[in-house]
Amino acid sequence: MEDQIHSGIATREDFSLRRRDFLKVFTGGVVVFFTLDPWLEGQGRRGYPSDPNAYLKIGEDGRITVYTGKIEMGQGVITSLAQMAADELGVAVESIDMVMGDTDLCPWDMGTFGSMSTRFFGPALRAAAAEAKAVLLDLASRRLNAPVANLTVDKGVIRVRTDAGRSVTFAQLAGGEKIARLVDRKAVIKSIAEFQVMGKPYKRIDARAKVTGEARFAGDIHFPDMLYARILRPPAHGATLRKLDTSAAEKLPGVKVIKEEGLTAVLHPDPEMAEKALLAIKAEFDTPAPQVDTESIFDYLVKNAPEPREEDRRGDLATGEKSASILFEHTYMNGYGAHAPIETHTAVAKIENGKVTVWAATQTPFPAQQEIAAALNLRIEQVRVITPFVGGGFGGKSSGSRHAVEAARLARTAGKPVQVMWTRAEEFFFDTFRPAAVVKIKSGIDQAGKLHLWDYNVYFAGSRSAEQFYDVPHNTIRSYGSWSGATTGAHPFGVGPWRAPGANINVFARESQIDIMVAKAKVDPLEFRLNNTSDKRMRQVLQAAGERFGWKPGAGPSGRGYGIACGIDAGTYVATIAEVQVDRASGQVKVKRIVCAQDMGVVINPEGAIIQMEGCITMGLGYALSEELRFRGGEILDRNFDTYEIPRFSWLPQIETVLVKNDDLPPQGGGEPAIIGIGAVIANAIFDATGARVFRMPLTPARVRAAIEKQS
Amino acid sequence: MKETIQFTLNGKPTSIEVEGDRMLLWVLRNDLGLTGTKYGCGENLCGACTVVVDKEAVRSCTLPVREVRGKSVTTIEGLAKDGKLHPLQQSFMDHDALQCGFCTPGMIMTAYALLLKNPRLTRDEIVAGMDDNLCRCAAHKRIIQAIESASLQMR
Repeated sequence: MEDQIHSGIATREDFSLRRRDFLKVFTGGVVVFFTLDPWLEGQGRRGYPSDPNAYLKIGEDGRITVYTGKIEMGQGVITSLAQMAADELGVAVESIDMVMGDTDLCPWDMGTFGSMSTRFFGPALRAAAAEAKAVLLDLASRRLNAPVANLTVDKGVIRVRTDAGRSVTFAQLAGGEKIARLVDRKAVIKSIAEFQVMGKPYKRIDARAKVTGEARFAGDIHFPDMLYARILRPPAHGATLRKLDTSAAEKLPGVKVIKEEGLTAVLHPDPEMAEKALLAIKAEFDTPAPQVDTESIFDYLVKNAPEPREEDRRGDLATGEKSASILFEHTYMNGYGAHAPIETHTAVAKIENGKVTVWAATQTPFPAQQEIAAALNLRIEQVRVITPFVGGGFGGKSSGSRHAVEAARLARTAGKPVQVMWTRAEEFFFDTFRPAAVVKIKSGIDQAGKLHLWDYNVYFAGSRSAEQFYDVPHNTIRSYGSWSGATTGAHPFGVGPWRAPGANINVFARESQIDIMVAKAKVDPLEFRLNNTSDKRMRQVLQAAGERFGWKPGAGPSGRGYGIACGIDAGTYVATIAEVQVDRASGQVKVKRIVCAQDMGVVINPEGAIIQMEGCITMGLGYALSEELRFRGGEILDRNFDTYEIPRFSWLPQIETVLVKNDDLPPQGGGEPAIIGIGAVIANAIFDATGARVFRMPLTPARVRAAIEKQS
Repeated sequence: MKETIQFTLNGKPTSIEVEGDRMLLWVLRNDLGLTGTKYGCGENLCGACTVVVDKEAVRSCTLPVREVRGKSVTTIEGLAKDGKLHPLQQSFMDHDALQCGFCTPGMIMTAYALLLKNPRLTRDEIVAGMDDNLCRCAAHKRIIQAIESASLQMR
């Protein structure tokens, strides 16, 4: 039977050469290939190749290797994907080895972002594991001379149900066998009731490597003849090189200067010598006069917005305006934000026999491979990208791979392995920032506090998490430009996705606007929300958050400093309640407590899910309270953590998380949803504490103080 | 000008020939192969490069290597003894006090120095002592718990 399957695969014309080579060298064990496209349509944007392009291997030693194009950057899929494979196979998590983000070994994947690993890659991996188990059961059935129905699987051992003494291990079955099978949609995966490993809290499987310093990140890859590169950078985006004199740098001992199209670099075996050589370069740039800055950008963006896309329309705005008795019209703003992972963009490139291997800090190894191949004019198979552990991404390592291309180009010219590790200033310069964005809302309620009108216009954030879950008869949502830099020349530098792209300002704007109406109607903010949405999942998370917080109804501003906000992101529902203390004189905000309730469907790893929620909440304090990139034209004024302030230990509120059970729904997003309401919930809590409303994030002391002064 | 610098590194006598004004971080990473100590900001602002020199947590990205002459330097690689993790390392694992893991060595070394000075840390002392170490994944809550728990065990 396995012979048939094997030949069936081998004769497939679209079967890639690489896989065929793999089968030739593959001496034993069980391999399951699976087609990704049916499951991964949700990733959209680009079609997937139709060849069987992923696999899972059961080695002759009984260890299981899972290959995935996803990468581990802290979000924890190294553990949750291992849990899925272990559960479907019937082995312990400890017997799984994860190979991630290696373009030579792993199935093609567009990248790790958008809270999609568990939702879209997960089902494909589970099907492959289920199929591998079926193959092993077939083999065991013959070996043990018992029907499959009479076999059980536990921790890699298959036993005859009626005679536990008759057993065979996965290792024994895989030894000497050469089996490959193609998975189709029919693979039967476990129901929730059958979960043994999934749904249970698991500690990170990469923790030991990370607490001992053994974990390898891109910058930790080292070769004896490797050179460190430092690259000449312009003082501002849009600046052009007018005059270049590298003679002094060239005279420094051991320094290699490389001057190529758009790339001037100095290389040395010691990174600090490379830095000294860079400082010895004399360069003059022509910098265009700045058109916009941190303050003028919002008007500029609205004026230069492309035509809107209507995302949602029901009822009629004019009718809604007439039927509402009180109208509200406000504008909300948020500046540019940096991703600021502690690991800067780093890549090491090595060329051997015409093949470039690049170890890169990236969320997108396959697009990086493509970009490097294009830049070096190589065929795609001449480039291999390997992704070691990634030291944080948050979307910032998913838009282009300048660092990887730079390392590859320099390695080719230098004829030696080259490391490019951006300095913090380079990281703040070439980051693809969260774009500045504006939201304009006109809304209306009747005397009973029921919503009638919602006219929502978002500029340059896209409409993620702007979808209407309140019951509004007359509702329109328009989106002018997206968060993506590719669609517009409006920004003075590169922009891209930042954890839950666009969702943070959309929720800030919507939930602030709701709160303004709540205050006018003099009702309780939790009650108002419940009264205006019939969405069951939203009602449940709101009630769960209220219950855990110990919410006591009261109209704002109550002086208590309580705020509430809710939203939907990546299929997950989230409600957040915060308590803040505001120093009226300084405008300083201290967040004392945050309660977050989340319905994310089936939870694969409750421990991991809660950690992601805590991380979202804590990271969210930054965009809410302090993070705003300052710039003048193409010049970036924030270059390190002294002026660009990210959350610290002393900012930490009491954090409480609630997972609202919803096993009827497949797993939804987990890495981003809990961050979307943090700006909104703090803004609403500030209002409840002071009666002052701040319309622009971050909610800095100066802005809070100004709002308090304006109101009194 | 190269000079000979002798010091104790993770318990072992070490002698290197280097320019004394090079920063300890790059000597550790590049010359000595100890890559657990990370570059994050280069300006004393994030703590990813923290090592312990004679019981003090220091930022190796701005410490000239000649400053450690005759001193004892401990890096993240030197905490575990004979394969047995230091209680702090075990506690970080038990509390899931890390995500991407890039700031983790600096976090653990800063906490290690705090505990060397005062094994009975209060929560407020932990927060104050750790406040200049940045974690972008925002594992702060669990890092505090991990240090609290290690502090209890080490008494």
